[in-house]
Amino acid sequence: MREDVQVLFKNRRPGETLFLDGYRAAGGYQALKKALTRMTPEEVVEEVKAAGLRGRGGSGFPTGQKWSFIPRGKPGIKYLVCNGDEMEPGTYKDRQLLLADPHQLIEGLLIAAYALQTEVAYIFLRYAYEDCARRVERALAEARQAGFLGDNILGSGFSCEVRLHRSAGRYILGEETALLNGLEGRRPNPRAKPPFPVNEGLFGRPTVINNVETLANVPHIIGGGAAWYRGLALTEDGAGTKIVGLSGHLEKTRCVELPLGVPLGEIIEHHGGGVWRGRRFKACLPGGASTAFLTREHLSVPMDFDALTAARSRLGTACITVFDDRTCMLAATLNLTRFFARESCGWCTPCRDGLAMVVWLLEKIEGGTANQDDIHMLQDQARNISGQTMTGAMSGPMRKDYVFKVGARAFCPLADGAMAPVEALLRLFRDEVEEHVKKGRCPF
Amino acid sequence: MSQILPQDQIDAWQEKLADHQHPMELAVDVLRAIQHHHGWVPDEGVELAARLLGTTPLKVEELATFYDKIYRRPVGRRVIRLCDSICCWSRGGEDIAAYLQKKLGITLGETSSDGAFTLLPSCCLGACGEAPAMMIGLKLHGNLTVERIDQILAAEGGEARP
Repeated sequence: MREDVQVLFKNRRPGETLFLDGYRAAGGYQALKKALTRMTPEEVVEEVKAAGLRGRGGSGFPTGQKWSFIPRGKPGIKYLVCNGDEMEPGTYKDRQLLLADPHQLIEGLLIAAYALQTEVAYIFLRYAYEDCARRVERALAEARQAGFLGDNILGSGFSCEVRLHRSAGRYILGEETALLNGLEGRRPNPRAKPPFPVNEGLFGRPTVINNVETLANVPHIIGGGAAWYRGLALTEDGAGTKIVGLSGHLEKTRCVELPLGVPLGEIIEHHGGGVWRGRRFKACLPGGASTAFLTREHLSVPMDFDALTAARSRLGTACITVFDDRTCMLAATLNLTRFFARESCGWCTPCRDGLAMVVWLLEKIEGGTANQDDIHMLQDQARNISGQTMTGAMSGPMRKDYVFKVGARAFCPLADGAMAPVEALLRLFRDEVEEHVKKGRCPF
Repeated sequence: MSQILPQDQIDAWQEKLADHQHPMELAVDVLRAIQHHHGWVPDEGVELAARLLGTTPLKVEELATFYDKIYRRPVGRRVIRLCDSICCWSRGGEDIAAYLQKKLGITLGETSSDGAFTLLPSCCLGACGEAPAMMIGLKLHGNLTVERIDQILAAEGGEARP
């Protein structure tokens, strides 16, 4: 079953939240103490780099590398921001982490703040996570009281303030530069890159933005060491464990912690209890709404960054949504695209108008009034809106490493992500799309 | 019409914002406070927030109209946000939406005639393991069935319409 290695969920108990006393009794804040008293900030960065931790918010960017981009020795304030604006359909892992163990995030945040020498950190939480916000508030107060937070933490000379920011909804806030605008009280449209946030982020200052789950890993890396952490994964390229969210047509929809690299089919069958109501597996989204569908032929693919990229999808947030054999994949894609179209911030035309047009085309096909030209138009739209991998215009050693994906025509990755299921629909379920047109109705 | 924000809260915000290095950082909090007290954010609320934050009403309006949890029109005493994202859709979300609309006698986006409930479609609520789900105010309700909806609505302020 492979649920024996519990790192992030080791303190999770059904319906309970672990606060300070319990967290300390379970070894909590020892890693912070170790980092502050026995390691230099650079050594913390190197340890996280050596551990091979990759961003758990969906991008998979190496965390230690991101941290090493922050300019050192530059006078003035730097910021660390925890992205807790989890709003991708199918993704609910960060909520589970925060509900179970809020101090784990705070400890990770403080170690990261020390590594980056930032004195102000933010936790940015979405509107719907008020239950988490209350727990984080209490945990912050406890941490402050115990001397883990604020001035001269544990007598180390390092000081850090952590502020909690509650948002008021909108998916685009998950995009890191939109989130920064949101924190600054501006209309949260994404910003052009470069400059990247590590150089000019919050209030124009160097800023690192990490996901909740990413930061929650940090105390364990510092406590257990990079070699132990790397060894947790089943694949050679992987490192650590991953919180996997299960949803859709499964018997057991829940979050589980598994080593990176468990095969997709094993997760669905064993941890999700198999497809519900005795039906057969048809497809799944492996890592949230912005990842491409996978089918039966992919069930042996390990849930890992590189393996899923090779399968023409993405690990994303590793939150799997399963569809049974009675699902109309066109209707599922229509639902997904409606979400993205509604959540477009409207800043750029390909996203604002292009997604609306894709919705219109999918509605036409699903409604049985489309013809072959509409399918071609859908294909063209998907190709035109989605992006291509480009190297950011960064200078020096950052240039070769900081490869990022942006929409070639859209301003930010929202539209690009929106097209992942559409592109996969046309690639994997072309027959189903054609059948809608031929029959003049939905065949399901 | 009730006050936009009580004077003691206005004073408290003024004090807090005067000390703040970046007052606009609290713009969403100010709007949420106004909405919490008044039920929604009227033009006067936008103007008050702008005065408190030391900015223009236009800058505040940009935010108030962007975030979908800030209401620029009156809403019912309880706002129901019904998730229509893929996980809830896959587990019967459309049937739940149809039942709620029938029970409340309104369509999505409307307020029941007794002012008890406003029903809004919502993006993913982060409750994918408990789909289908909805929020009423800040409270999450998952694993929805027709029976559970009846119970929840009865507990949340009486049935709006038979």
